[in-house]
Amino acid sequence: MTDEPLLRVRSISKFYGNRIGCNDISFDLWPGEVLAVVGESGSGKTTLLNCLSTRLLPTSGTVSYRMRYGAFHDLYRMSEAERRFLMRTDWGFVHQNPSDGLRMTVSAGANVGERLMAVGQRHYGDIRASATDWLGRVEISEDRIDDQPRAFSGGMRQRLQIARNLVTGPRLVFMDEPTGGLDVSVQARLLDLLRGLVHELGLSAIVVTHDLAVARLLSHRMIVMKDGHVVESGLTDRVLDDPQAPYTQLLVSSILQV
Amino acid sequence: MNAHTDNIAQYNFAYLDEQTKRMIRRAILKAIAIPGYQVPFASREMPMPYGWGTGGVQVTASVIGTDDVLKVIDQGADDTTNAVSIRAFFQKVANVDVTTHTADATIIQTRHRIPEEPLKAGQVLVYQVPIPEPLRFLEPRETETRKMHALEEYGLMHVKLYEDIAQHGHIATTFAYPVKVEGRYVMDPSPTPKFDNPKMHMSKALQLFGAGREKRIYAVPPYTRVESLDFEDHPFEIQTFDEPCALCGGTNVYLDEVVLDDRGGRMFVCSDTDNCEARRASGHRGHLSGEEAATI
Repeated sequence: MTDEPLLRVRSISKFYGNRIGCNDISFDLWPGEVLAVVGESGSGKTTLLNCLSTRLLPTSGTVSYRMRYGAFHDLYRMSEAERRFLMRTDWGFVHQNPSDGLRMTVSAGANVGERLMAVGQRHYGDIRASATDWLGRVEISEDRIDDQPRAFSGGMRQRLQIARNLVTGPRLVFMDEPTGGLDVSVQARLLDLLRGLVHELGLSAIVVTHDLAVARLLSHRMIVMKDGHVVESGLTDRVLDDPQAPYTQLLVSSILQV
Repeated sequence: MNAHTDNIAQYNFAYLDEQTKRMIRRAILKAIAIPGYQVPFASREMPMPYGWGTGGVQVTASVIGTDDVLKVIDQGADDTTNAVSIRAFFQKVANVDVTTHTADATIIQTRHRIPEEPLKAGQVLVYQVPIPEPLRFLEPRETETRKMHALEEYGLMHVKLYEDIAQHGHIATTFAYPVKVEGRYVMDPSPTPKFDNPKMHMSKALQLFGAGREKRIYAVPPYTRVESLDFEDHPFEIQTFDEPCALCGGTNVYLDEVVLDDRGGRMFVCSDTDNCEARRASGHRGHLSGEEAATI
C-alpha cells in the first residue's frame, strides 16, 4: 500500500448563521480504513459527512482527496463535472433511508446497473451479469432482479443500496446511519455483510452512527462529536474500552446492558 | 410593420405581435446554434388549449411569411380536427396559402409524424411537443435534469431502455424514442413513432420543436446527425408491418390500425394520408380500396 492518506481533512467548519454545524475538524483517512463518527443527535455528525462528501459546502477548511493517479485534489476547487464524476465512480454514499439512495420506480437490476451505464457501459448482457453478480454478493436472490425496490423489505433495500454503490468499485464509501431503521437481527446480518465487503474490497469508509455497537463492529478508528466539536478520537477499541473525555465516558456508560 | 390590412385588421400578421415573434425567433436561432438544446422562451397564451399544439403554433407564427405555403398534419393526417383547426387559424390570421401536399409546402407543422415523402432543403418541419425533457420520468427535478444535460450525464436514459429489455425482452419504447443530436444533447423527438427517427438523421429540412406549456424550443438544423440510443447487444430497430396499406398497397410506411366491426375486423392504412392519396392517384391499389388497380 501507500504511505499517503486517501482523504485529508483540515479545519472543516460549517456554520448555519450563528449556529455551529461542526467546528474545526481535522483528520486523515487512510486507504482501507473505516472511520466511525459517533455522537448524539444534533452533534454535527451528518453535517460533517455532508461536507466531506461535497453535498454541503463548508464555511471554511479544505478537504483533499487522493485521486487514482496519485495526485491530491481539493474537493471544493474541483469543477462540478469532476466532482459528480467522482461521486458516481470512485465514491459511494449509503443513505440512512434507502429510498433516498435508490430509484424506487426502476427494477433492482437497473438500480445496480445505473452507475455502469453512467460511466458508458452500453452492453445489456454485461450490465445484467454485473447486476446479478452484485445482487448475489449482497444476498439478494437472483430472481428478484426485475422487481422494484418498493417490493423489497427494509433490509433488502439497504443491501440493494450498498450493491448499487459498490458496483463501480469505489475506493471511499460514506455511510449515514447504514443500519438506522432496521431491527436488530437484520442489523446484525447487514453489519456482517458490510464488514465482509469492506475487508474483501479494501474499501475506506466513513460511517456516521449513533450506535456504538456499529462503530465497534465496523470501524478501526472513531471520532466522538458533541455540539459540533470533536471531543475524543482514537482507535475504536481504545476509545470504547478506555474513554478519556467525560462525554465519551457518559456515552459508553449509557449503553444498555442486556 | 407588416400588419395584414385586408380583412384581419384586428390581428397582427400571424396573430403574435412583432416583439413576441422577435423573442421567439431569437430562441429559435439559439436552438439552431446548439442542436438539441432546450431553449427557454416566454410562451404566450394562444387561442387554443394547451395540448393542441400551442408551442408549434407559436414557432410557426414566428417563422411564417406571406409567401409561405403551410401544411398541417395530425398523426400524419391532413383532415383531423387538430390539423384542420390550425390550418384554418393560419389562413385566417396570416392569409397564407395552405396545402396538403408535402412537396408543395414550405412549412409543415406536425403533431407526431414525419411525412413519408423525403423532405427537401428549404422546408421547415415544426413539431408540437408536449414534454420536451427526455429525462423527465426518470428524474423529476428540473434543476437536476438541466445539470445532467449540461454535464452530459446521460446514463439515466439507458436505465429506461434497460428496464424495457428487462421487462419485455426487447426495447419496448415505440414513441418519443430518445435520440442523441450531433453527438451531444439527448433529445426527445416529441411523441413521433420511432419509425420516424431515422428520417431525422441528416434531414435536408430544418426541424423546429415547440413546447408551449413547458416553454421550451429546440431544433435540429439540416444535415445534423440524429442517433437513436440503444445497447450494443440490443440495437435500435424501427417498427415493421406484416401487411401493406389496405388502400394503396404501400410498404415501408407507417400504418394505422383501424377497427372495422365488432367481430375482429380490422384494416391497416397509411398514417400519412397525403402519401396514400398520391399513391392511389398514380394507380396503386390495396386489397380494400374497392376498385381494381387502374391501368395507368
